[in-house]
Amino acid sequence: MAYPKEFKYTKTHEYIKVDGMQGTVGLTNYAQHELGDIVFVELPPVGKEFKQNDVFAVVESVKAVSDCYAPAAGKVVKVNEKLVEDPSLINKDPHGEGWIMVIELTNPADVNNLMDVATYEKFESEAGSHH
Amino acid sequence: MPDTNEPLIFEMSRKGRTAYSLPALDVPAEDEKKLLPAGMVRAEGPDLPEVSEIDVIRHFVRMSRRQHGVDVDFYPLGSCTMKYNPKINERVVALPGLADIHPYANEALVQGALQLMYEMEKYLAEISGFDRVTLQPAAGAHGEFTGIQIIHAYHNAKGHKKSKVIVPDSAHGTNPATSAMVGYEIVQVKSNERGGVDLESLKSVLDDQVAALMLTNPNTLGLFDENIHVIADMVHKAGGLLYYDGANANAIMGYARPGDAGFDVCHLNLHKTFATPHGGGGPGSGPVGVKKELIPFLPTPTVEYDGQKYFLDYNHPQSIGKTKTFYGNFGVVVKAYTYIRAMGPDGLKRVSEDAVLNANYIMQALKKDYWLQYDRTCKHEFVLSGKWQKEKHGVKTLDIAKRLLDYGVHPPTVYFPMIVEEALMVEPTETESKETLDRFIKTMKEIAAESEKDPEMVKTAPHTTPVGRLDETLAARKPILRWKKEA
Amino acid sequence: MKYLPNTDEDRQEMLAAIGARSVEDLFNDVPKEVKFKGQLKLPAAMSEPELLAHLSKLAAKNGDANDYACFLGGGVYDHFIPSTVAAVLSRNEFYTAYTPYQPEVSQGVLQSIFEYQTVICQITGMDVSQASMYDAGTAVAEAALMACAVTGRKEIVISEAVHPEYRAVLQTYIQAQDVKVHVAPAKDGQTDPEKLAALVNDQTAGVIIQNPNFFGCLEPVEEIEKIAHAKGALYVVDVDPISLGVLKAPGDYGADIVCGEGQPLGNPMSFGGPYLGFFAAKEKFVRRMAGRIIGQTLDVRGQRAWVLTLQTREQHIRREKATSNICSNEALNALAALVYLVTMGKQGLHEVAQLSLQKAHYAAKRITAQNGYELAFKAPFFKEFAVKTPVAPEKISAELAKKGILPGLDLAKFYPAYKNHLLVAVTERRTKDEIDALAAGLGGLK
Repeated sequence: MAYPKEFKYTKTHEYIKVDGMQGTVGLTNYAQHELGDIVFVELPPVGKEFKQNDVFAVVESVKAVSDCYAPAAGKVVKVNEKLVEDPSLINKDPHGEGWIMVIELTNPADVNNLMDVATYEKFESEAGSHH
Repeated sequence: MPDTNEPLIFEMSRKGRTAYSLPALDVPAEDEKKLLPAGMVRAEGPDLPEVSEIDVIRHFVRMSRRQHGVDVDFYPLGSCTMKYNPKINERVVALPGLADIHPYANEALVQGALQLMYEMEKYLAEISGFDRVTLQPAAGAHGEFTGIQIIHAYHNAKGHKKSKVIVPDSAHGTNPATSAMVGYEIVQVKSNERGGVDLESLKSVLDDQVAALMLTNPNTLGLFDENIHVIADMVHKAGGLLYYDGANANAIMGYARPGDAGFDVCHLNLHKTFATPHGGGGPGSGPVGVKKELIPFLPTPTVEYDGQKYFLDYNHPQSIGKTKTFYGNFGVVVKAYTYIRAMGPDGLKRVSEDAVLNANYIMQALKKDYWLQYDRTCKHEFVLSGKWQKEKHGVKTLDIAKRLLDYGVHPPTVYFPMIVEEALMVEPTETESKETLDRFIKTMKEIAAESEKDPEMVKTAPHTTPVGRLDETLAARKPILRWKKEA
Repeated sequence: MKYLPNTDEDRQEMLAAIGARSVEDLFNDVPKEVKFKGQLKLPAAMSEPELLAHLSKLAAKNGDANDYACFLGGGVYDHFIPSTVAAVLSRNEFYTAYTPYQPEVSQGVLQSIFEYQTVICQITGMDVSQASMYDAGTAVAEAALMACAVTGRKEIVISEAVHPEYRAVLQTYIQAQDVKVHVAPAKDGQTDPEKLAALVNDQTAGVIIQNPNFFGCLEPVEEIEKIAHAKGALYVVDVDPISLGVLKAPGDYGADIVCGEGQPLGNPMSFGGPYLGFFAAKEKFVRRMAGRIIGQTLDVRGQRAWVLTLQTREQHIRREKATSNICSNEALNALAALVYLVTMGKQGLHEVAQLSLQKAHYAAKRITAQNGYELAFKAPFFKEFAVKTPVAPEKISAELAKKGILPGLDLAKFYPAYKNHLLVAVTERRTKDEIDALAAGLGGLK
């Protein structure tokens, strides 16, 4: 699965797609693959504020549980309610239908210290080689 | 095992069928509505199933036939000590004078029960090398909770504020979970190449914030930590205490006592070392032993003897309080007491010797067929790895475990401890004969051969069990946690 | 030695295969500094007949509920245990199994727990149940911690009329955590709703009551529900499961978590344990519930089957972030509770509860007919009630024991303010003759 060029990526395998002052946040294809079949997502409440690297959601597979870290500071404006009924959307389409939340960026400069697609692809393939 | 599905008892219900009988009311009946507030009364009983006695019995007997147990066949589940549960224990615990006594009965009417508890405390203190023992905790994890609370109270009484508990990376998951429940931050230390605590790593995390180090010894690799006295010294010098997780005490009776090795607090699992049945997951019992300076913090009540009679003593102002109602899982204590009296000191030592002998015997026989990360004398258990099978044939440890089911053997503990990849943790216990061990060795060798010749067959195992592999993802995504009447 | 099958010859063969000279060699890794050198000071081994005689002698020193008419309660009750319970519990496959980690060969235990979860939901009127806690005390403590986790708040309000031992366990569970417990006082044997309301605010995670409470009295459960929910706190109700044969289920009056002591359901009194704490909740809280849970699924052959599920809540995966450190349940006690409930069934539980209710009220009437005895509280009760006594309960207890009666619990043991109060419990096992003898015995004391 190709990683979208317009996204920015974290070392903890989250992505953010910035659109003006808003960003759509989700887990990368690598993250969903490592977790396996996702069975549950604990979504943040709309209106909650996060600093960069705060835990904003928890995803669970049958035998693993993983915290998701905010790629940038912001306030939650929307969460993907579809994940409540069908958490497998993260497995099927992590970069699209499987998005987790949209935030209003409080410090857009946060995004500058994230990886671009080329750097992330390299990072991801090195992370993968340990397995 | 029979492979016919057993319906749920609710699906067998027929209106008006009964399995009980009760005497008729022998006092004058009053109008229920006068006795209870109108809004609180229900017109009929809750919607429980209506079945006859034979339905109940056949249902559960058929279910039991779809269940593996120690009394069915070999159960080498690492870290769980699935030894044989002597039948005299079950007979004794059912004696009316032990089964049908009320916890609030006058002390004069429970002298036998109190004496048994008093003596049991002495036995466990002697076996583990501690000064006093409480029988209150209901399980191993509950013992940990009690023990860490005692450590917490001790530091508080001394006016020391501590924030951390150190746990090795090979530890049981309960250790960090317990410490977190008592409000501590968890710091992990690495294992060294011999499988023990890495002293450098320990040194780097020891400071005056450390409340305790929790250690299992032999550890979850089945290895005795050769530096235990050094570790104890280091932790004590930093102002911390040592907690002994007694999950693996079956390996050391009569050979080492945690109390002598510098530990300050320990729990013992009566359902492991002292042969009480696991009951499908409980009840257990997790008594906690402490050194002298920690006695004031034990849970209340303690059982005392004044030379004439036994009594319960609640007067311990520094006590952590209660971790369980009443005095612990008395029925489990009775069984373990009976076991200790059946074995005596030499018998218990023989238990540990045979447990260790049996484990080493299997380990040596299988180390050419399965990868053995730590090749040194083990104690009561050891950890093999399915790494070779996975790399060469794509057969994972999980597949090997499932294939064992086809041979009628319960698999070892798998994927634990986490520091060994594809781990298979084998604990044969002392109650298995050489023939059983030989059969297990042969089976494991056969599975290694099958993994090479017919990996698909192993990967799709089990083939002969009443049900095949289960869809755990489905169970977790769409949880069905109870039966409901169809609408 | 009969539990150890290895013969000396076996041992020699095995040592040879290992390449060790002696069994002692296998312990060379124990450093000499810590090696135990003496012999354990324990009594010598006993043969099976000697052992049975010894234990029988200890047992004979105890007064049990077959030789004594037991009117003691306080959370532990002498209800009748049908013969089906022992018959099922003695099945070796059930009692010698471990946790059902290998579901393909553990369908017996798994299905039984699934059925247990169902019957607990049926009697409590709740959506989901876990596989059981250690006892009611730890269940109450876990309920408090769960209420904090669900609401993100740090205060608990618990009624003074909740069993003092449950409150003590709760205190131990929260004392190292940043959680505060407020005790709402009782008045005339019931929780005082006004005083309770004064303690409940937007920091309250949970309101915990017991119904019937420790004094045996029914609580104003609907009033308290409104107080708890008005401030967004969870409503936790501890119940006597037998009472649910005649009393409305807590699910019907808005409880969020229902827990209680499962001992009365087919488990012997056994001097305080092992019992089980049942624990059920509304569905939306299921992922915050501690302990083992069994779920239904399908196997590869398409058959319905059962499996441990939602395990990511538990310590072996989440370690220090787990909902609790509990890693077992009281499976065999839960099995006893299940067999009890399906043996009694819908009608049987109703009848046990009715018999207990009627006999308790008959006993109250007979006792209060004696000179100097009166009911301590006016509130309605189920099967347990407190009486003021003209004689010290200690004396009552000692004197009536001579007549083969365990007359009840001295309330001052837990509530010093209630001097000369006796808490009397009456189950369906108590006969009219026994009740009359109790009343006469009390009346005859000076």
